[in-house]
Amino acid sequence: MKGTRVLSLLLWLCLMYFVGIYLFVGGFLLVRMEVNRTSTCGDILEPGDGSGDFCGSQPRFRRAVLIIIDALKIDFARFDPSNTAPRPYENKIPVLEETLSSRPLQSRLYTFRADPPTTTMQRIKGFTTGSLPTFVDVGNNFASSAILEDNLIQQFGKTGKRVVFMGDDTWESLFPKKFHRSLPFPSFNVKDLHTVDNGILQHLYTTMMGDDWDVLVAHFLGVDHCGHRFGPDHPAMADKLTQMDSVIRSVIDRLQNDTLLVLMGDHGMTDTGDHGGESQKETDATLFLYSPSPIFPAPLSQTEPDVVPQTDLVPTLALLLGVPIPYSSVGQVLLPLFSPHGQTGSAVGGLSQLEALWINAKQVNRFLETYSSMAKDIPPESLSQLQQEFSRLSSEYLLTARESRLPSSHLVSALQAYLTSVRDICRATWARFNPVKMAAGLVLLASVCLVCFLMSELSPALMREKTAGLLAPLVVALAVGACAAAAQLLTRGYVETAWCLAAGAFSSEILFFWRVSKASKLSRWLVLRRLLTPPLMVPLLRCASLLSDSYVIAEGRVITFLVLSLVIYIPIHLNWNGLLLPPSPDPLKSAGKESGILLACLGVLIGSMYLSLSFHGCREEQGFCQPSPFLSPLSRLQDSQLKNLYYILSVISLGVFAYLLRHCLCHYGNLNSSGGAVFTARWILPLLSVCLALHWAVSATPEDSFRKLSELIRLAQLALPRAAFCLLGLGLCLIWLDPLTVFVKARATSSSRSSAPALPRYRASTGISPQAELRHLIPQIYHRMRRSLEDGELSGGIEADNRPTVEAYGLGTVYSAPVLLFWGMLGVGLLLLHPEGMALSFLLLLLEMGALLHIHASSVNLSGAHGASTGGFTVPWAPIVVWSLAATQFFHATGHLPTFPSIQWGAAFVGFPDGHTGTFLPALLVSLNTFASHILFAVGCPLLLLWPLVREVRGSRGGRACGEEGEDAVMEMRLRENPEQFSSALLQLSARYLFIHGVQVFSSVCAAAILRRHLMVWKVFAPKLMFEALGFLVSSTVLLIGVTLVLRVDMAVSRWFKRLIPDAAR
Amino acid sequence: MWDHEIKAMASTHAIITASVFMATVIPAVFVPGFSVYGTHLLWVYAVSGTVTCVSVAIFWLLGISPPTKKHTLGYKLSRLSRSCLYFFLSCLFFYTVVVLYGAPLIESALETFSLSVLLTSLTTLRCLCVLGPNVQTWIRVFSRHGAMSVWDTCLQITVACTLIGAWVGAFPIPLDWDRPWQVSSSHRKPTYSDWNQWTFELLFSFHHLQPV
Ligand SMILES: [Zn+2]
Ligand SMILES: [Zn+2]
Repeated sequence: MKGTRVLSLLLWLCLMYFVGIYLFVGGFLLVRMEVNRTSTCGDILEPGDGSGDFCGSQPRFRRAVLIIIDALKIDFARFDPSNTAPRPYENKIPVLEETLSSRPLQSRLYTFRADPPTTTMQRIKGFTTGSLPTFVDVGNNFASSAILEDNLIQQFGKTGKRVVFMGDDTWESLFPKKFHRSLPFPSFNVKDLHTVDNGILQHLYTTMMGDDWDVLVAHFLGVDHCGHRFGPDHPAMADKLTQMDSVIRSVIDRLQNDTLLVLMGDHGMTDTGDHGGESQKETDATLFLYSPSPIFPAPLSQTEPDVVPQTDLVPTLALLLGVPIPYSSVGQVLLPLFSPHGQTGSAVGGLSQLEALWINAKQVNRFLETYSSMAKDIPPESLSQLQQEFSRLSSEYLLTARESRLPSSHLVSALQAYLTSVRDICRATWARFNPVKMAAGLVLLASVCLVCFLMSELSPALMREKTAGLLAPLVVALAVGACAAAAQLLTRGYVETAWCLAAGAFSSEILFFWRVSKASKLSRWLVLRRLLTPPLMVPLLRCASLLSDSYVIAEGRVITFLVLSLVIYIPIHLNWNGLLLPPSPDPLKSAGKESGILLACLGVLIGSMYLSLSFHGCREEQGFCQPSPFLSPLSRLQDSQLKNLYYILSVISLGVFAYLLRHCLCHYGNLNSSGGAVFTARWILPLLSVCLALHWAVSATPEDSFRKLSELIRLAQLALPRAAFCLLGLGLCLIWLDPLTVFVKARATSSSRSSAPALPRYRASTGISPQAELRHLIPQIYHRMRRSLEDGELSGGIEADNRPTVEAYGLGTVYSAPVLLFWGMLGVGLLLLHPEGMALSFLLLLLEMGALLHIHASSVNLSGAHGASTGGFTVPWAPIVVWSLAATQFFHATGHLPTFPSIQWGAAFVGFPDGHTGTFLPALLVSLNTFASHILFAVGCPLLLLWPLVREVRGSRGGRACGEEGEDAVMEMRLRENPEQFSSALLQLSARYLFIHGVQVFSSVCAAAILRRHLMVWKVFAPKLMFEALGFLVSSTVLLIGVTLVLRVDMAVSRWFKRLIPDAAR
Repeated sequence: MWDHEIKAMASTHAIITASVFMATVIPAVFVPGFSVYGTHLLWVYAVSGTVTCVSVAIFWLLGISPPTKKHTLGYKLSRLSRSCLYFFLSCLFFYTVVVLYGAPLIESALETFSLSVLLTSLTTLRCLCVLGPNVQTWIRVFSRHGAMSVWDTCLQITVACTLIGAWVGAFPIPLDWDRPWQVSSSHRKPTYSDWNQWTFELLFSFHHLQPV
């Protein structure tokens, strides 16, 4: 058997996929580290000059009103009197223009440029923290969306300002309990234009007239929703903008002298009313500043900026209101709001331009130092350049300040330039999609899917090739990768690993295509025809469903629907081919029974699938959904009777799970020997289950009920899961080291012939009828083996006078038994990481898998009985598709969802109730929990190949070829007879499994790429992509482990044969 | 002979199609406020009732059903009662299947049940008329070489198309378009009560009602 070739081909496939995913994700997901430090009033930013930096002087304003009109594009705010036929969105807010012209010293209108991603949540984060939020802000608040980074709202709270909020409820989830008073309104329904706005309007004016606020935040959503629903060019938009105009008028009328009005949009919108991307239409929002008292030292001049980046609002507002600038802000103060040096007369107590800039520059420098010590994603050379620039500027400033001479305007512009370059570098690092990388990733993924498909179709040919020829692609890939690295080094001065990997991957793929096209011409036309079979239509539908947010939200049900359809297809297809109910009475009388088994298993499968629906969790988008009661851990249940009931249910299902596994092994006679695997099955599996049950009991015990035993309970909470982990590791190791479950009985033929009729002593332990034993346990190959033993010269191993008759028990399931056992151990181990109630779901998973295996085996038998088998051990598409989709189905049925808040963080604390010190272990535990079903289905994948052999009907297959039945190999020994077919079938099975998962990853990647402007991209598609990609990563790794296990068993079997028949070793 | 059969089949299906059309139009005249869209349940009842009556009448008149061996009244009665039993069982069967496919078990039982009645009247009833109450024969007919006559082939096609149509009808349910016919989508739960499903299904089945 060409084990290494199978493994290396699969490994190559997986690596191609990983590179593709890595490339795309590197271009699409922008990642930034969060700095969890906060500024305080007393901060003295180096180089120190005595007093505190931030709250040193009297603030310019006492209060501020922040009005955010979602998606208020700059075009909406401009007023063009010469436009006689305005579009619905033009000239609808004349109040701004009127104010600007009548009170030029009190108001300004700017283009407020947002940074991508231009989605509301990221924008709110942006203009409160002053940073450039990305999709993945790596911090310690993955589970909730609350902002932990230093921000304006928090600073207001710390300096004693009362913040009153009303509007879009996103704020409430971002700043939980941070507001003095809060009136959130639901923002989810995009079709609802008025609820939020009317809710605000009911309270806005009364609140403004009252005196219990210092900062008032009002977030209107109507304009944005109107854009999403009708687009900007619609009469509804005109109405909405007109309403906003009247709102602004009323607010301006009610403002007092010490109050600043900030009116802004968080982002713009495209011509279709969407946003999220980085086109200018989406990024250019409105910023309007106004105060009843003059705030600008001079009327609008030519030199003033026209475009204000959104980050700049934070330092400006902070310094104007006298609060510290948030720690990670990279913005720059808006200079026109501060008076030039020396003429502080008009602005009461405000900072001068130079002072403001200096504080700002020091703060940004401090942030940059902290960030660069944490993360390495900012290029070091530009960092050191910035550092030098700052020290030069600081010495110059200090010199100016000490000599108290008038500063040169040069210093102001140099400080501004410094701040701008910091922001630009940060933006280049964090806030830009990389379309080239995304495209390369897409192309690579598409081609590797094709390679995967070709490999599954051509696996026999690949196995038949004489030359392994894997060295050549490897060398080419390495060479091309190195060339790419060298080229980058020459042209750009640094190396980006992603591109080197991409170059290597592409070149080795091209080599593969070239060789395949040289080897076989048939494949060309085979591809399309084979892709359009019903079993492949289902994954196609599934992939199409990943492109729609509604389908992703309803994924759990959609996937069950699809799996069910395909499962029903199997018997219908058999019947269509006339195989389900054979017209003539079958000579072997097995077909009728086989059909019966098939239909019964179908019932079990459908039943468990239907029941598994009741273990689903709920997304926040699913309004009326109730999460499954089994999802919450028992310790949270109040009703003790219910708790007991749930506990008993869970323990029973755990027991049934373990019993079914053991029974299956026992049935095929795998529990007779005394190897490591059998030891695991006999002792470790039950012990593990007992450990688990005890652990559940302990963790469900209420804290206060046994005060005296609390120490003991604590100890048990620590020890039991750890013991279970150890048992699991021990069991898996034992299976790996000694996977054989074959019991050889050497029996003296002549001398002890009399004892032969007596029942063997182990029969009692297996507890099955002698007939079943005869059918399953004594593979006929041992007639042949016995003959060879008798005929061949027996050397030292067995004494000559005691000539043995050899019977090997469990040899027919020598491959599947360790795989099944490995699977079962993993299953119980993963259950440990889940809430107790999930035991039911795991039992259903076992039932579904078993039923699916039986259906597959029966259908193979039925087609084999009528000579319809294609030969070889090829596993058809239908069961593989069901198998891989079932992995996703049980991902949902174990209470998981492709969203970050639904990750079961409790898994990280199983066995570690006091938390962890590192990050590796909790991450491992949580990912094992999250992808449990992916792991189980991937590791069990080889069973699809093995099970039809385990359950094969004697005499139906192969009997045609050989005349003498007794000479024929049976069950899994047939795999040893045809090592080449075995390895090609194994390769084909794995390639098909990888293909289906890979196509799903590809389509979710496509969804993220195509729909990157979609309203739901950061809520639905991007998380879905991450989960799909991680699931693929886990599945493929575990699949490789499963395949390696099969190869390991094969090696062990070879060695065993060698030991048994020293000369005739095959 | 062949020609005659084809003609008979074509006219049969034309009549059934017409009856469905009438079942849609005639109640609109007599029942105030009747529409396919608003009172979909009523419409479904009308359609399945009409289809049932018309197909039973036609197939009986044409004498398509396999000739019975005995002509005693008792035998005929038992056949009739068996057919009725099969009809009812088939309704239950479809109900179960639809529930397993994700429809709520109790919540909209009426809608689900009317769907199963409609499906029965389009599939099982036909089998009963053409093949008689004999499940073994039914299973045989739905295989590659099982069709013995034009009627069998036609049966294969119509039944398959009806079922596929019903299956396809489930696809728009999760979409959040908030259309009135997506009644259940605000609950994001696939219930099978949408009239678009009937449309799909009828579209599919009647498209293929043409003679082969
Ligand atoms: Zn927004
Ligand atoms: Zn929006």
